[in-house]
Amino acid sequence: MSERVVGTERVKRGMAEMQKGGVIMDVVNAEQAKVAEAAGAVAVMALERVPSDIRKAGGVARMADPTIIEEVMNAVSIPVMAKARIGHISEAKILEAMGVDYIDESEVLTPADEEFHLLKSDYVVPFVCGCRDLGEALRRIGEGASMLRTKGEPGTGNIVEAVRHMRKVNSQIRTLQTKSDDELMTFARDLGAPYALVKEVKELGKLPVVNFAAGGVATPADAALMMSLGADGVFVGSGIFKSESPEKFARAIVRATTNYEDYTLLAELSKDLGEAMTGIEIGHLAESERMQERGW
Amino acid sequence: MVGLTKTIGVLNLQGAVREHIRALEKIGVEAVSVKKEEDFNIIDGLIIPGGESTAIGRLIREHHLEDRLRQFHQDGQAIFGTCAGLILCSTDDSHPTQDLRLGFINMDVERNGFGRQVASFETKLDFKGIDKPVEAVFIRAPYIQEVGEGVTVLAEVDGRIVAAEQNNVLVTSHHPELTDDFAVLEYFMKKVS
Repeated sequence: MSERVVGTERVKRGMAEMQKGGVIMDVVNAEQAKVAEAAGAVAVMALERVPSDIRKAGGVARMADPTIIEEVMNAVSIPVMAKARIGHISEAKILEAMGVDYIDESEVLTPADEEFHLLKSDYVVPFVCGCRDLGEALRRIGEGASMLRTKGEPGTGNIVEAVRHMRKVNSQIRTLQTKSDDELMTFARDLGAPYALVKEVKELGKLPVVNFAAGGVATPADAALMMSLGADGVFVGSGIFKSESPEKFARAIVRATTNYEDYTLLAELSKDLGEAMTGIEIGHLAESERMQERGW
Repeated sequence: MVGLTKTIGVLNLQGAVREHIRALEKIGVEAVSVKKEEDFNIIDGLIIPGGESTAIGRLIREHHLEDRLRQFHQDGQAIFGTCAGLILCSTDDSHPTQDLRLGFINMDVERNGFGRQVASFETKLDFKGIDKPVEAVFIRAPYIQEVGEGVTVLAEVDGRIVAAEQNNVLVTSHHPELTDDFAVLEYFMKKVS
């Protein structure tokens, strides 16, 4: 028996692989975490406020109070994620010291650094980051992200931006497949992406890490849509606990994510759910209210 | 089954399905995804992959696959559970009663026994029946607290049991599918008839 090695790329990326086909739900207390776990969530994201409430509250959004995160960690046996501000080294180190299972370096919180993201390869804990296109995805992987998600537009209950981002990444991967090897450096320059990762994606035909959908999922059909566009799984932020009946929505979204091509079942799952969260038309958001523009 | 090629199903409800299929194909085994009752009819063995055991257990019930799984086991077909799959295959009753346990292998399990994700690790593992140490990736892994009658222990990490077998059922705490070391998978294939 040789020694144990922690924090390797395989261990960090592997953790995200185990979440595939699943739903990760935002929760703000132990009670919600238990509802999420009972509904079949594969992980929970412990927060002080869900994104739609962060929008309403305004001001600076920061890492959650550790009391809330600990309360959630003690309440469930599934993995617990937590958010740190973009570039906030100390928040990330605090979350790592607390033993959270995954850190989301998230544009939902107010960025601490407008120029530099975290060097995520420096941590034992794995990170998930948002992306709007292949360049952004590969920059985050270059820094050590072990999992990606679309940015979408958080807290809006509007799927349109998540769709845009998922389609964009996948369409750029297809374009990359058509490039000859001597075109890759220029392709990498145009994307603003590390050359080695561009080469790797061309060889693999897909991203080297899991890519979930996030930012605007409000219904079972939204979750199914993102899966059919090639998402590996789904994050639901405000969509569950801002709906009329969280238990029902949570269970229905979990089943819809697994059975995203069974339209008869999706029809059943969409019945009598009550009111979904109230949505926001993206065109009505001022430029300064768009969270997806945070980070690069 | 006709011919020499074996077909192995990977339970495709949630978790590391793609990785198991990739590993099976690498060793030249026909791999199919199993999501419905009728999918069991064409397979010679089944892998229950890693993922979240609560989520997979719930989905097994919602997909009405529990009876078919038990039948498959009773028929003496080979079953390999990794990580969450190990938990689901156990007889462990220390869990909340609503969590599914299939009871295919007589043992108690400590879920997340090695700790949270920051304690997840890889190592080289001595494995009974395999000549050289196998590459092993443990992710929020469970360990086996105690095995009952008829169960053979195959590997341990610091005195904690991480792999075992009973008749045609093989379980491991680690994830062979995340590595290019196919020795454990080949060991499982010997159980497939």
